[in-house]
Amino acid sequence: MTRTEDDQGADDVEKRVIETSGLTRVYGRGDVAVHALRGIDMTVDPGEFVALMGASGSGKSTLMNILGCLDRPTEGSYVLEGEDVSQLNKDKLAGIRNRRIGFVFQSYNLLPRLTALKNVMLPLMYNGHQSLSKGEMRERAVSVLEAVGLGDRIDHRPNELSGGEQQRVAIARALVNDPSLVLADEPTGNLDSKSGDEIMALLRQLHRSGATIVMVTHSAHDAAKAQRIMALRDGRVTARDLGVEAARRLESVTSLEGEAR
Amino acid sequence: MNFWRTLRVAWEGLTLNKGRSFLTTLGLIIGVAAVIVMMAVSAGAEAEIADQIDALGANLIVVMPAFQPGGVAGMGRARSGLAYPDDLEAIRQGVDGINGVSAEQSTVQEIRTGGNTLSGISIVGTTADFLAVRQSAVALGRFITDEDNTRRNEVAVLGSGIAQELFGEQNPLGQRIRIGSVNFVVAGVMERKGVVGNTDYDARVYIPLSVVFQRYSTSRFGGDTLNTVLVSAESRGAMEQVMQDITMVLARQRGVPTSEPDFGLMTQDTVIQAAASTTEAFRNLLGWVAGISLVVGGIGIMNIMLVSVTERTREIGLRQALGARPRDVRLQFLLEAITLSLIGGLGGILAGVGGSYVFGELGTMRTALVPMSVPLAFAAAATVGIFFGYYPATQAAQLDPIEALRRE
Ligand SMILES: Nc1ncnc2c1ncn2[C@@H]1O[C@H](COP(=O)(O)OP(=O)(O)OP(=O)(O)O)[C@@H](O)[C@H]1O
Ligand SMILES: [Mg+2]
Repeated sequence: MTRTEDDQGADDVEKRVIETSGLTRVYGRGDVAVHALRGIDMTVDPGEFVALMGASGSGKSTLMNILGCLDRPTEGSYVLEGEDVSQLNKDKLAGIRNRRIGFVFQSYNLLPRLTALKNVMLPLMYNGHQSLSKGEMRERAVSVLEAVGLGDRIDHRPNELSGGEQQRVAIARALVNDPSLVLADEPTGNLDSKSGDEIMALLRQLHRSGATIVMVTHSAHDAAKAQRIMALRDGRVTARDLGVEAARRLESVTSLEGEAR
Repeated sequence: MNFWRTLRVAWEGLTLNKGRSFLTTLGLIIGVAAVIVMMAVSAGAEAEIADQIDALGANLIVVMPAFQPGGVAGMGRARSGLAYPDDLEAIRQGVDGINGVSAEQSTVQEIRTGGNTLSGISIVGTTADFLAVRQSAVALGRFITDEDNTRRNEVAVLGSGIAQELFGEQNPLGQRIRIGSVNFVVAGVMERKGVVGNTDYDARVYIPLSVVFQRYSTSRFGGDTLNTVLVSAESRGAMEQVMQDITMVLARQRGVPTSEPDFGLMTQDTVIQAAASTTEAFRNLLGWVAGISLVVGGIGIMNIMLVSVTERTREIGLRQALGARPRDVRLQFLLEAITLSLIGGLGGILAGVGGSYVFGELGTMRTALVPMSVPLAFAAAATVGIFFGYYPATQAAQLDPIEALRRE
């Protein structure tokens, strides 16, 4: 079932994962200032799987970076699991990125000289709160790699893996610290449709097991796999629960826009 | 991330580019090697000086004729030697607190016995006080006596090596030997003393000073005059007084004012100073080489680290995205710089130790490896690594994760 604006007040008991109000982000200043976000109010509840759509340049990545604590908003507040993180210092933000957020990039961003296993272990190494032994780290990394279906590829390096497999390693890496929020910015953007579908199936499976996911996509086909579709335009939220049909229309509009460029 | 894991990561970073890493450390290798060689050479020079002092004998005062102002340098009466035996006797009688007064006048001659001929042997004419002044002793028979000198007895005392070569197992005492064209009787054999400074004491032959003047002297040095008179003070504390007394007594004896003596006094301290000043120039030079190479090596490391930070910007961004704090990134690159420096330091230690050894073996210079120089060199390398690694590491730590991730 999908949630609407109206029934959100009902489960105050459970803390929202994301709650932003008036988020703005301005790149540069003066004449060259780019207003990438112009006041974003959005909420994501625990266990939700939200797809974020919008034309190129509408501010999706900018928003994801802020939600992922990689960037700070120019104005507005961002409350993550009840804690305002919009003005935390770099060290605190690093800790949040490490333990509470799993980020999946369009271009996988694996370290080429490390094996799949070592890549997945990276976030564990920076997790100062849990001092796991090397063996425990290995064990955890292996179990998430198995969960994404790569149990037989743990010692392969990225250049020995297909794009879909690399993205699955990246997802395993995002999950290894058991985050409260998974953010994926066009996770299927670099993949053919078959590999893309596999990644989407994986994200759905993740969602079913209770994960909270926000995913940026240009594809209505992928967005349809999410529970709710949000639309962004010129740095503003234009829809919070777009129907799949509307999403298809949006997709054709944005791809037309893309062609028009 | 904990220290050891960060060190691992740093190491992996370095091994990405082994050739480049090695070339980067060359400057440091040279610098550290220079530090070690410099210290070895300094220590060698000090040992050399110590030997010279030993060779001179402790508490020794050397009396020498002074250059005469007014004479043409090196010609005519540029020097007027010390008189034998009058000047010697004046000091012996007029100065208290001395062990003895002696003089040495050498000539190089051929020695022949019935069966053996040794050529190029250093023949030293001296007096009875030689034993006290040079802290030597006789093993067999006796040394030259005052009587030998007054009577010009043709007796010889052999260094232990010469005795061995000429007579082997035979008793040398009373044997006849021919030195140049003069016949001598062997009166004694010295104890082994070995090589001190540049002198092989066992390869010399001692005869009375008066005999050298009579039989071997050329008129070049002005007949019975000496170039040096050696006085041994009883103690180091007595040296000052003894030197004053010598100046007074000798000035009176030679009829010159004490304010303008025609002779000079030299002690072991003067020798130390002279030797020290010659090695100091060399030491300074090496010190500069060492310092400059360390700095150049450090700049090389800084340069390569900056390149590395630029090349790996995306990696840095990713690590930040996964939770690396600025200090984790800084530590990673700092450790990389330090590891690089320490490898340079290690290479430098090997090169320095090897270099010191080769220098010593070639005989170009005396060297003595200083054990302290190894940890010192290591510390210097580590310091260079920290100092020159800090800036690039900070550059890396301050990167913005999004900017860094976007970089190709
Ligand atoms: N670092 C930056 N400096 C200046 N302007 C920027 C910067 N990053 C993004 N922008 C601008 O902000 C706006 C939003 O960019 P953003 O990357 O968020 O768009 P997007 O929705 O993710 O687009 P796409 O679908 O193409 O990925 C764009 O106009 C972009 O040019
Ligand atoms: Mg984008």
